[in-house]
Amino acid sequence: MINHHISDESLLDFASGALGEAWSIAVASHLTFCTQCRDRLSEMEALGGLLLSSIDPVSGGMNDSFEAIRGRLDEGKKLKSNVSKVKRASNLFPQPLAHYIGNDLNGLDWRRLGLKAHQIIVKTSDESATARLLKIQEGEPIPEHSHDGLEMTLVISGAYSDVSGRYGRGDFQEADEEIEHRPVVEMGEECICLTVTNAPLRFSNLTTRIVQPILGV
Amino acid sequence: MDTCILFSSRYCQFELLHSYWFDSIRTGLRGVCTSLFISRVKNLQKIMIAFDSTPELKSQSSQLLLAVGKSRDQNAFKLIFEEFAPRIRAFMTRKCSDTALAEEITQETMVKVWRKAEQFDPEKASVSTWIFTIARNVRIDMLRKIHRPEPDMNDPSMVLDAEIAIDKKMSHDEEAQRLKAAFDLLPDDQKAVLRMSFFEEKAHGQIADDLGLPLGTVKSRIRLAFTRLRKELGEYNDD
Repeated sequence: MINHHISDESLLDFASGALGEAWSIAVASHLTFCTQCRDRLSEMEALGGLLLSSIDPVSGGMNDSFEAIRGRLDEGKKLKSNVSKVKRASNLFPQPLAHYIGNDLNGLDWRRLGLKAHQIIVKTSDESATARLLKIQEGEPIPEHSHDGLEMTLVISGAYSDVSGRYGRGDFQEADEEIEHRPVVEMGEECICLTVTNAPLRFSNLTTRIVQPILGV
Repeated sequence: MDTCILFSSRYCQFELLHSYWFDSIRTGLRGVCTSLFISRVKNLQKIMIAFDSTPELKSQSSQLLLAVGKSRDQNAFKLIFEEFAPRIRAFMTRKCSDTALAEEITQETMVKVWRKAEQFDPEKASVSTWIFTIARNVRIDMLRKIHRPEPDMNDPSMVLDAEIAIDKKMSHDEEAQRLKAAFDLLPDDQKAVLRMSFFEEKAHGQIADDLGLPLGTVKSRIRLAFTRLRKELGEYNDD
């Protein structure tokens, strides 16, 4: 059951095509889990269709235009929809994310981030934002970081809670500089989530966090 | 073609021919000889007959697109092309000032429409919505040259829709009609933001910058607009 959804403004950016690649991974992944947001997206796309229909057409030279593609109508084979489901070992990652990192949880190259967390940077061609997969141990806070810009988070497995509620698989959270939160991972299972940020993620006091347990402070 | 024709929910064959005649006039075929008109009407009749068994009459463009998907009907495709290509071109010209590129995107979109026609499902979207999504993706592909992550209906992780009760489901033509009426009634500042979003492919942050407005103002315009549109479509209210 999904309780936390994509905001209208972010979903609109996705519907219009304006949303950057890194953000779109999080949005498309949430859409994989959420029928309600897929319905909302359809409504927005219907608005796109309406605006396309109601635009004043630019009709000049249309015959030339049609002749230009006529030859291509015969050459191309029909694009058939892929009826077969994608076969894979695990359904943990939604396809929009699996496209980038594969499906094998065990084969992932996790990098340590402090003592209780790991991360993987999801490589995209989007220079305006960074997508990363975070894995945090049960009972631990998600490493404290700044929200200089926008941050989107999608829970893949496990769950965390903050003042705004509980976030489980498929739940989506958008946070900006106005939001202060200290998400803490629930007991029982580590939490894997996808986060996308447009400002470099700054983990405050990372050195302190690493040194703290050693010093016992 | 007039939008009132495009969005009219039901068509009888007479209306189809009627609208078709007006369409021909509007697109500058006023002087077309009667025999050409009759041959095209016959063509349309053939298409109509092919779909006579459809219990609910679908919009003209739906019928045509289904004919393209089913029998690779180039005449039906030409009609779709005549209706949509000039609009896609106008749509693309708003985003990119390069008219040659706008034309290239238009042609690429129409070739995709031809090739993907078999996948068109009138239960899922209206023709204009379906073509809009193809045009949008071609634009992303050709202008920005990036991969667009999208939900994949064949993804085993996909959580599927619960059955939609038949009486709740309205046709896409009806939905489009209601949407148009509701959109027209939105305050101008909300309409402006939505137009910038779709026509200029601007993210809401960019729209706020361009209009010199606080981000929160643009967000609230978008939210108010969709709350209103959803209410009009009679669906759930956003939480």
